[in-house]
Parts: sequence; C-alpha cells; structure tokens
Amino acid sequence: MNANSLVSVADLDKEQILSLLEAARFFEENPNHKVLDGKVAATLFFEPSTRTRLSFETAVNRLGGRVIGFSDASTTSSSKGETLKDTIKMVSNYVDIIIMRHYLEGAARYATEVTDTPIVNAGDGANQHPSQTMLDLYSILKTQGTLENLTITMVGDLKYGRTVHSLLMAMKYFKPTFRFVACDELRMPREYIEFCRREGIPFEEHKDFTREVIDSSDILYMTRVQRERFSDIMEYEAVKDLYTLHNSMLETSRPNLRILHPLPRVNEINQDVDDNPKAYYFEQARNGLYARQAIICRALGINVEDLKKDIKK
Amino acid sequence: MTTDKKELAVAALRNGTVIDHIPSDALFKCVKVLNLEEMDCTLTIGNNLASKSAGTKGIIKVADVFFPEDVLNRIALIAPSAVINIINDYEVVEKRHVEIPAEIRGIVKCDNPKCITNNEPMVTVFETDPDKPGNIRCHYCNHSIDRNKATIL
Repeated sequence: MNANSLVSVADLDKEQILSLLEAARFFEENPNHKVLDGKVAATLFFEPSTRTRLSFETAVNRLGGRVIGFSDASTTSSSKGETLKDTIKMVSNYVDIIIMRHYLEGAARYATEVTDTPIVNAGDGANQHPSQTMLDLYSILKTQGTLENLTITMVGDLKYGRTVHSLLMAMKYFKPTFRFVACDELRMPREYIEFCRREGIPFEEHKDFTREVIDSSDILYMTRVQRERFSDIMEYEAVKDLYTLHNSMLETSRPNLRILHPLPRVNEINQDVDDNPKAYYFEQARNGLYARQAIICRALGINVEDLKKDIKK
Repeated sequence: MTTDKKELAVAALRNGTVIDHIPSDALFKCVKVLNLEEMDCTLTIGNNLASKSAGTKGIIKVADVFFPEDVLNRIALIAPSAVINIINDYEVVEKRHVEIPAEIRGIVKCDNPKCITNNEPMVTVFETDPDKPGNIRCHYCNHSIDRNKATIL
C-alpha cells in the first residue's frame, strides 16, 4: 500500500485537493518539466479508453518519463485467466507508478492493497474516476476564479453519471449550491441526496431544464443521456431532447456562466453552443493534462513547490 | 404443564454459550455464519419459540464452546437483537448484546456482479454506510446493501 496512490477523490481532504489544483496551475504554465527523468510509468488499460490513456501518457511524456503498458486486456495474460493481483505484482517489478483503468468496480482499491508501487485510478467501471474530477475542479476554479459559493447545475443522467457523483462529493469543502435537473428515471440517487443533507449543502431538484435554472447558475455541468440506461425505450424517446442545451437558452445567462461536459457529447449540447464563449468543454478536456501531471507528481512524491523554486533560480 | 414446556425450551447447559433473542427468520443464517454445521459438540437449535418482545425467536446453545468476540459479532449483522449468554457451571456469568464490527471481513458477498470481489479470489470487506442507516458499504466498489438482505458467504 502506497499512501500517495489515488483511488477516489473522496480520499482527499480540502488541502490535498487545493494543492493538486495549485500544481495543475503550475503545469499549465510550465507543461514541459522533466521531473520524471529516468522513471517509467505503466498504463494498464484493461478496458479501452483512448481519451484518458492519451491524456495520461501525454502527461508522463511532458514530465520526461517513459511509458509502458497496454490499451486492451485481450492481448495480455489476464485473458488467459491471470488474476489482477498477479498482473499488478508482476508489473510493479518494472515501473515506478501504475496508472490503471479496469472494467470491474473496486479494482483500483484492490490493486493498492497488493503492491507498494503507487496506483493512479484512471476509472474503475462505474465507480471512481478521480482524474476527471480533478480536471472538473480545475476547470471550475480557472473559469470562476474560486471554488467557493458557486451555484452548480447538473443536467442529464444523474443516476449513472459517475462524474457528477464524484464532483458533488469533492465540492463539499467549498459551500456550493446544487441544482439537479433530470427526468424521474435518471434522478440523483438517494445516497447523494442524503450526502448533501448530511453535509448541509443546499440543493434543488428539477424535472424541467428551464431558463430560470440556467440564469441563476455559475456552472452548467451537462451529461449524456444514454439510451441503454432506460428499461422503457418509449421513456427514452420522450425525454431525450428535453435536456438538450441550445445557444438561444443562454441569452440571459450570467456573464461568468461556463458550460462543462465530460465528453464525448452526442446531442445534449447543440453544435450552435460551441462558438459561444461560455462553452468550455474543449478547454476542459485540455485541463485534464495539467490535472494528470499534478496527480502523477503527487503519486511519486514530487513536491511541486520545490519545482517552482527551481524555476525562480 | 406450561412449566415443563418452558423448561424443555431452555434446557440447562452446564458450560458453553447461549445465543438468545435471534429473530426467527435470521436463525439459520446465524447457524451458517457461526459454522455450526462443522462442529461436533452438543448443539441445541430452537426456532419459532415464544418471545415476549418479538413474537417469536430463535435460540442457539452450544455446549463447551466459547466463541471469540469477533466471531459472535458477525451475527450482529443479521441478528442485531441477539443476546449472548456465557454459561459456567449452570450460571450465566456474562450477558451482553452483539455489536456490529466497524469492518466486516469475509462474511458478506457483494451483490454487485461487476465488483472486483466477485471476480478475484479475495476476501470481501464491508463498512457501515454513513449515508444510509441500516446499510453496509463494499470497501471496494462502494455498493451499498441493506444489512438485512445481505448474502452471507
């Protein structure tokens, strides 16, 4: 077990989150910083995820490290029946850090228990995806200048969307107000509603995606409503266009409003929003690189404050 | 007559452990969790006995066996009302309620088929769920399950 592993954003306290965000800011200003010279990172993707893998591998490369790994478990021993434990123990012999994505929930937590090499969770099934949450937080911080006292509206699939669940939990330190906009089938699950109550976080639930809701928001966090989430296909057809954002809906929105989306987008944000300066989802994806550089450095015990001093010299 | 029946239901134990006030529907789960099937000591298992507080109850008596506390606390999960009596020379020398352990290892199966614990040879771990009273949460996949509906391994 390595204490610098990152499995879930819920494992981080406020100071750790702020220090990661500060490190992300540093890497945005200084993206090519060869602090991983001589280090090897493994990217073990038991489930394909091109976007996340490329972002992590770019992060390692920009930090001057080298990458080994696989992007599809069908080419590895796990397809021969090797346990995850054995794969992790074997790879630990070769590398300084393991970045892993797995289709099974809890895989990353278990991996931290079988090795002393730091593990970074790049997504475990529908469970956790902390680097996505960190890039969401960094995007909010960057666009609003603060994380405190913001009104965040989450729209679409709030039931299965792990990004909204993790973001909700990470925001607990920053006095947010939430609005949850979803149809009955995809409402925010009870445990997260209970979480808000327990933490004293004000929230409202809405079925309609109205102008009033948009106009009083600082962040609009859109998610994809997937057909396969519905038991009744008629229900999907009935709601699929109700949660689509069009440019005309933004006319009277706050000047500081920014629209976030974890991507890939399908039809929940109309193409006519893309040219609106409030559309932030493509820049958001770029922030993922800096957030991941920060996460990798933390996992390897590299203090970014020291790097800053080096720059000043 | 009534007295005879009552005596029969609580036949004396010289030394050993009596687990009383088990809800009737949880009795056989307790038998499983305590692994009584594998024991060769004298055992008495009673169920659907009259209970003043719960209507009916189950009882388990095990002669000459004193379970470690963590073993007894395992049944807190399925029978939180159970009372443990330690018997020494026909006397109850200790009487206490069971306590749910903070960490429940290797007893409950996670009912999320996509959980790593259902796909690797490993021990399950559960913790009490702070967001859902009465529930326990998988340490690995965070899936929350109703304590009373938990599948015992």
